[in-house]
Amino acid sequence: MEFRPILNALMRNKTGLLLIALQVAITLAIVCNSVFIILQRIEKVNRPSGMDESALFTVTSLGFASDYNLRNTLREDLDALRSIPGVVDATTINSVPLSNGGWSEGLSTQPESVPEEQRSNVQSAVYMVDEHGLNTLGVKLVAGRNFTADDVTYRTKNDKGSPHSLIVTQALADQAYPDGNALGKVIYTSIGGKNGPLTIVGIVERLQAPWVGWEKVENSLLVPQYQDGEFDSGSSRYLVRTEPGRRDEVMKQAEAKLGAINTGRIVRGLRSIEEVRGDSYRQDRAMTIVLTTVILSLLAVTGLGIVGMVSFWVTRRVKQIGTRRALGARRFDIRRYFMIENVIVVGLGIVIGLLLTYGFNLWLMKHYELPRLSWYYAPLGALTVLLLGQLAVFGPATRASRVSPAVATRTV
Amino acid sequence: MLSNNMFTYYLRLAMISLKRNRILTALMVAAIALGIGMSMTSMTVLHMMSANPMSHKEEQVRRVELDNWDVNRPWDEDNPAEPPDLMTYQDANNLVQAHRAEHEAAFFPNVLALEPDKRDVKPYMVEALFTTSGFFPIFEPPFRYGTGWSPAEDRSAARVVVIDSETNEKLFGGENSVGRKVRLGGEDYTVVGVLEHWRPTPRVYHVANGAFEDPQSVFAPFSIGIEKQLNSNSNNSCYKDSEPGYAGLLASECIWVDLWVQVKDEADAQRYLSFLNDYVGEQKKSGRFPRPTNNRVYTVAQFLEVQRVVGRDVRTQVWLAFAFFAVCLINTVGLLLAKFMGKSSEIGLRRAVGASKPAVFAQYLTESGLVGLAGGLFGLVLTGLGLLALRKLYAGTSIERLAELDWSMVFASLAIALIASLIAGLYPTWRACQVQPATQLKTQ
Repeated sequence: MEFRPILNALMRNKTGLLLIALQVAITLAIVCNSVFIILQRIEKVNRPSGMDESALFTVTSLGFASDYNLRNTLREDLDALRSIPGVVDATTINSVPLSNGGWSEGLSTQPESVPEEQRSNVQSAVYMVDEHGLNTLGVKLVAGRNFTADDVTYRTKNDKGSPHSLIVTQALADQAYPDGNALGKVIYTSIGGKNGPLTIVGIVERLQAPWVGWEKVENSLLVPQYQDGEFDSGSSRYLVRTEPGRRDEVMKQAEAKLGAINTGRIVRGLRSIEEVRGDSYRQDRAMTIVLTTVILSLLAVTGLGIVGMVSFWVTRRVKQIGTRRALGARRFDIRRYFMIENVIVVGLGIVIGLLLTYGFNLWLMKHYELPRLSWYYAPLGALTVLLLGQLAVFGPATRASRVSPAVATRTV
Repeated sequence: MLSNNMFTYYLRLAMISLKRNRILTALMVAAIALGIGMSMTSMTVLHMMSANPMSHKEEQVRRVELDNWDVNRPWDEDNPAEPPDLMTYQDANNLVQAHRAEHEAAFFPNVLALEPDKRDVKPYMVEALFTTSGFFPIFEPPFRYGTGWSPAEDRSAARVVVIDSETNEKLFGGENSVGRKVRLGGEDYTVVGVLEHWRPTPRVYHVANGAFEDPQSVFAPFSIGIEKQLNSNSNNSCYKDSEPGYAGLLASECIWVDLWVQVKDEADAQRYLSFLNDYVGEQKKSGRFPRPTNNRVYTVAQFLEVQRVVGRDVRTQVWLAFAFFAVCLINTVGLLLAKFMGKSSEIGLRRAVGASKPAVFAQYLTESGLVGLAGGLFGLVLTGLGLLALRKLYAGTSIERLAELDWSMVFASLAIALIASLIAGLYPTWRACQVQPATQLKTQ
């Protein structure tokens, strides 16, 4: 094998060896950890919300006229929205899933009489909808029933409406009642006023909470209520589901129609859920693009650096190469020499790089609550930089192999 | 010493040398430019995010926090030592009434419908901040016309407002509107002050829902917000059930009010803290504040740190960018080394005809400096492009408006590029100086 002479030659140029190895090492550490972050973000962005997102939009109304009657307007608005051609269904809703703004409550499976320290506590997002809520959201009911018109109560300034029923997501049901059979069981929460029991009448497969960065994003519940001036006298929010492909035309009509029904209010916040999703995940998407740019530029810089260094080595060794060729080495042998040399240099970089990779990962775990790097990142990363090294060295090595044996005879 | 003449001569030599090996030169310049572009782009965003617009009143302006939270569960389970970042109405009100600081600003935001007199402007929503009068002396927003209101007007819930310059432009065409009426939420308010364009970055006084948002457009007395039974449209958190109705909310343990005070200095802040501790001790007697006494008088800088105003993604990007820059520099060291070693015979010749080691050193350091400067200039262009890309990527988020190049960053990038390339050039230059004239000349 040629390892020994290559190694000997390399040891005569320790600085060059070390510089390339160091570059490769840092590159490996950054690439592994960045790819890791990118894949996590992609996974986060691609989680389903449970809604029929592409057909949904939301709109808000805020009354200011002194004779503004919120309860009447709610009824009129809902009737008007549901009668627009192309609308599948519409509901009131207190906050929009994926919008990063909403309401959360602590729930317990035990009544208030149980001492606080012993009570279970699960946190969940709260959506207030009417009996059209499930159909509007497009969520899948996997057990139990939907709300009926009789279930729906009004929340006013002095009365939280005391609803009796709620629908929870499967994830929330499993957390509240880990043994299963959550359907028909009760939950204690202050949503409806006093910490009264609410019965779980239905379970939906999935509906995400409004906060996309929340670790319990799958914990949501629906409660049958209209907000009738609980916090301010005039605001209401609607969610509308349209037939496929008709969302944009319906949005325009809905805005015009609501404005016409009552002039003592402002209609605003007209947004499709796709837009809401885009805004909420913008940071994650941007981060993946920034990191991808970093990775690609880094690989390019390191690759070009190797090309530069090896080109220089080739130039310096033209005479030796010529001599080797004159002594019978084939072109293939010369090229192989530089390729193997590169494997050794990059290999050294990989060894240092693995330490850096895990060091960097530990640091990220400590400061950014990132999980541990999966085992396959390091070998895959190492393979990538090894291939990059071979690719970078191929050009200069080929040039080296073309050195004519005659060079050996020229001087000395 | 390096004379001016010699320096220009070295510059000329460096230019010739750089031109001779264009590819290697381009590689070095590109590496430094990429490194500078990458790190300066992320540094600019970090620099803007970490700004503190209240740094001139660092000791005086204090964020007051009291720990009224659940006995079993801290406010922030990741940082159990931190008290809640907002305050109950009753505590904010009690502390404002006690008036133990120079000024107190208790406030919460909400939206109001604004009905302009002008027929051509339709009614629209404005963000309003319901605040006590101390807000203006504490945060010192610049006034174009008029002033804030007085504590007496706080107490009487006078219908007065301070509007921002954009609102003044829209309603009154930019005229001095002090004394004129604005119709808000169905009631007439008298304008007492008009602000200049004011955009503290970050918006230190209220970071709860977006530290990089614009200030509210309209400022009205806190007591009006309470009288109109309004709640904060930002954050509102409760850990236990409250009595029904607005009176129930006011008497509850729900937190939704921001409270800032202005004290004289650090010693005064400590006096204020012990006043807070006494206050909480008093409240504990009536069964409130079940947790151990844990109150804060944060400075603005401490508050921004605790609130993690600088995003984690931005910090990660800065670290990555500097690691990237390190790779670029190592790359440059390698390439410079290759270049200078390739010129051993030339160096040998110069040494043999009488150039001293320092002269050779100066010549080659000039060359690396030139590479660095070129890299810095291209890097600046890349930084501009990078910030442009960031603005596109983060459109609609706080980072969008932060991604703007300022002069300090321009000078910083040029200086960093120059210094980094000189450092990168040191070792290759030193190696070049070690060339023995005799051995090089022998083979010629």
